[in-house]
Amino acid sequence: MHIVLADDDEDDRLLFQEAIEETKVKLHLSLFHDGQQLMDYLLQGPSVLPQLIFLDLNMPIKNGMQCLKEIRSTAHLKHLCVAIYSTSSSDHDIEETFINGANIYINKPNSFSKLRDAIKKVLQMNWQYHTSSLNKDNFLLRI
Amino acid sequence: MKLYVKFDFNTTCKRVLEERLNAFGVDYNILGIGEVILKSSFSTEQLNQLQVSLDPYGIKIIDDEKSELVQRIKDAVTEMIYLDEKAKLYKSSTYLADKLNYSYNHLSNVFSETTYSSIENFIILKKIDYAKTLIAEDKLTLTEIAFRLNYSSVAHLSGQFKKTTGLTPSVFQRILNKRKELSQPQ
Repeated sequence: MHIVLADDDEDDRLLFQEAIEETKVKLHLSLFHDGQQLMDYLLQGPSVLPQLIFLDLNMPIKNGMQCLKEIRSTAHLKHLCVAIYSTSSSDHDIEETFINGANIYINKPNSFSKLRDAIKKVLQMNWQYHTSSLNKDNFLLRI
Repeated sequence: MKLYVKFDFNTTCKRVLEERLNAFGVDYNILGIGEVILKSSFSTEQLNQLQVSLDPYGIKIIDDEKSELVQRIKDAVTEMIYLDEKAKLYKSSTYLADKLNYSYNHLSNVFSETTYSSIENFIILKKIDYAKTLIAEDKLTLTEIAFRLNYSSVAHLSGQFKKTTGLTPSVFQRILNKRKELSQPQ
């Protein structure tokens, strides 16, 4: 499985990477430090598109919401599964991301073990959606 | 104008399989869902070609027995939830064991081993997926949906919905409606 994360905070990227390693799921993780870098990568048409994209909402140059909208309006990317990964826990923000096409919303947890559990749940759910003929249009998950 | 269509997945899949297999000019027999008997043997390369021709339809050739059984469990769960009215009368473990002719214990072990998740979890996931489809269609009330999916009450359905998706059914419905508005600008 191939997944990507775009987050401008270096510590957050490291923590995320460690949490992924601890879930023991075999996967390939690519990291990007802002939205522009991620979109450049996705738009140049990599040979393998990621099965899951984690997006931080607050990033310089291009934020998570802009990336999400761009992904949903690009023909070869619109089917990709997008998880928003943010500190905001306002219901309004969360609904706004879902309305604009996010599949998953993760509140950045305040402890490492919670982060690991959240990622595990997301990976499991995402995998089910890839293997069990569930309706992807209705895939919404809030953690 | 808006059209509502309904699929019969079995017929669709069978037709696609027939079409693709005919292109290979082999004798075959399609046994119900998910099993095909080839009357002559296929080389690995031919199997790969067949897989490539099935890819656009989202059909995958599964080779090992365990994944095949898992797929059959999943299909049986789907059938139980979507089609089988009688299934409501049985416990799901009894239903699956009868349907697939293995002890539930065996089914449960193979399933957990291969998917890292339990059959119970999968049933919940599938039921909630169906509930989402029904909510999206917006033709049944939540009470009717709860009854259709064999929940004892709306509260039970809402609770499981919230636990599985992190959202309440009404928030989920609001999000879907707003998405629709967004994709169909006036």
